[in-house]
Amino acid sequence: MTETMLPREGAGVVPGPPGESMLVEIRTGEQELSTQEMNLNVGPQHPATHGVLRIVLDLDGEKIVRAQPIIGYMHRGFEKLAEARDYRQIIALVNRHDWLSAFNNELGVAMAVERMMELEVPERAQWIRVLMAEWNRILNHLMFVGSFGLELGAITPVFFAFREREDIQHLMESATGGRLHFTYNRVGGLKEDLPRGFLKASKQLTKTIRVRNEEYRDLLFGNEIFVARTKGVGVLDPAVALDYGVTGPTLHASGVAEDVRVTEPYAVYDRLDVRVPVGTAGDSYDRFKVLLDRIDVSCDLIDQVIEGLPSGPVNVKLPKIVKAPEGATYVRTENPLGQTGYYLVSDGKKNPWRLKMRTPSFSNVQMIPHLLEGALLPDMIAILGSVFFVVGDVDR
Amino acid sequence: MDTSIFALDNAWLALLLKVVAVLAFFLVAPLVMGYMEHKVLGHMQARYGPMEAGLGPIKHGVGQLVADGLKFLQKEDIIPARADRWVFALAPGVALIPAMIILVVIPFGPGLWAEDLDTGVFFALAVSSVSVIGLLMAAWSSNNKYSLMGGIRAAAQLIAYELPLVLAAAAVVVQAGTLSLVGIVEAQHSFTAFGIPVPYAVPQLLGFLMFFTAALAELSRPPFDMPIADAEIIAGHMTEYTGIRFAFFMLSEYAGMVVMSALATVLFLGGWYLWPGVPLPSGWLGALLGFAITMGKITTLVFVMVWFRATFPRLREDQLQRFSWLILIPLALLQIVVVAVFKVLA
Repeated sequence: MTETMLPREGAGVVPGPPGESMLVEIRTGEQELSTQEMNLNVGPQHPATHGVLRIVLDLDGEKIVRAQPIIGYMHRGFEKLAEARDYRQIIALVNRHDWLSAFNNELGVAMAVERMMELEVPERAQWIRVLMAEWNRILNHLMFVGSFGLELGAITPVFFAFREREDIQHLMESATGGRLHFTYNRVGGLKEDLPRGFLKASKQLTKTIRVRNEEYRDLLFGNEIFVARTKGVGVLDPAVALDYGVTGPTLHASGVAEDVRVTEPYAVYDRLDVRVPVGTAGDSYDRFKVLLDRIDVSCDLIDQVIEGLPSGPVNVKLPKIVKAPEGATYVRTENPLGQTGYYLVSDGKKNPWRLKMRTPSFSNVQMIPHLLEGALLPDMIAILGSVFFVVGDVDR
Repeated sequence: MDTSIFALDNAWLALLLKVVAVLAFFLVAPLVMGYMEHKVLGHMQARYGPMEAGLGPIKHGVGQLVADGLKFLQKEDIIPARADRWVFALAPGVALIPAMIILVVIPFGPGLWAEDLDTGVFFALAVSSVSVIGLLMAAWSSNNKYSLMGGIRAAAQLIAYELPLVLAAAAVVVQAGTLSLVGIVEAQHSFTAFGIPVPYAVPQLLGFLMFFTAALAELSRPPFDMPIADAEIIAGHMTEYTGIRFAFFMLSEYAGMVVMSALATVLFLGGWYLWPGVPLPSGWLGALLGFAITMGKITTLVFVMVWFRATFPRLREDQLQRFSWLILIPLALLQIVVVAVFKVLA
């Protein structure tokens, strides 16, 4: 017997010397054939990551052992850039970090500057801001309705959602001139008043959206495969969600009804009846259900605004160069994806000394590894699609 | 007609004719079905589908797939540096050829078949499972983790769904008393259930649905398209393919749809007869009419496959396996028992 005869470490089959039969060793329990985890790099370019989020997975078969999101592929330096821009330009700038919630973003910045300058914004402008913010919310949610279905393999919802998006974009374009980046806010109010017929068209469109929303429910919740793919997948515990700072529909689905529109109302939300739909299970199914319910809520809000919209000016007369006085303020708004905060520090010049952003997508993505560990690879798609985020909003 | 119209005195000429006919059908039918998928999906999704490509004044995108084919031909044929070159190059062909070979035994009308094998059903089902070897070859040789996962999913799916497919067909064979596809059509023509002439799909509705479901899974069509799930594993085994080789995979998907629908037509829907007991005129007219009826049935089945694609999300691999082993296979076995008992009693 030579040394080569000894069983090798970790080998299941040990060959004997020539002429002798093979010594076969069958191991059980912990000594079973060892399998290696596969390292899979999902992204930065992958159809399920909505842009350039990269997730490094360690897989055991199709089961995810570890997941690590790697962000920063879309870092565009918005916070630093804002220090070199005046407030009018910043409104155009913040349109772009979360491109699906452009109006809500600019609203936050405009409110921050107004608060520093202690400006009284005309009543009508406040109401119109709510109107537009809600339209933008629907626009955003429709995008996720479409993309979530697409990622689960249902290719039809995305086309339906874009049909509605087109109508809304057309409507908003008539008032703002933009289809994605509206830049409709100004410090102290709005760019200009609504065009004639806007309210009538809005009223008509909310009716259509409500009908279509029911269609999505039929198409997806009535579908057994959709339910099987989303029920119980990616369950987010409310305590965990709060620890990670998750906000928006993702948090509401876990049963926490924290909504800035209710808890710290801005614009005229305190005068409107804002319903916050919440889920119970906190799984992908509930997150998607909350998303669809929020579309209905936004339709209700738009109708309420149309009812109560006062007349009057939509802007105030300001000096040519707007300067925020020395100081600091923090404004938070309920954006479609969650709470967005702007911390504005000014030294009295025409551009901010520092503009810190708190974006919902960042916190939501931060929580993703927690949901992914132990899930299957196809579940990753259901989870990524239902933890609503925009990569530009993560990386800024 | 009991003999194929290709049965000529000159065996070589007959062989040539058969090859040409099968090839022509193989190249044309998938294109028609592909065009149908474009347009049907388009209209179901509130859009038009292809509108521009066409022949002269006939537009509506009728030439879209021809244009696509030409585009695929021009594309650079990329083989990844670390790929297994030979296997990578061969795989699309291995995936494509089985669909073509099955066409040899499928009867499209009275006299319209290339070969009437005594073991027709067995031959068709055996050959249809070969194509997964092509997928596995493509998956393994691509040296890509996404491809590998797709290939392994395809193999797992085939094992799970080959069984209900074969069992559902076996029940038909028991009923018809023959393995020949032509024989099955003729047996179905004279079949009556409690005195009413019906195709096998009526008494064996369960078997027909199982056959169709299993065929969808074998073709990796939605809702069973996990092997090529584009949002998860980026088209699986096709990830690294470009140009004409990619087109081969696409062609094999559509050819597979045609072939599987044709098999379901022959086994369950009465083949070229409009309804069992309704005779066809003899001669060329009958052959043409029979062909049209078969194509109508095939097109309807392909339409349902496209409809599914517009409607259903994708299942998960474990859900599919559970569905197959715990529901489909026991039901298929039960079906065979019931059919056999009735056959003996009748």
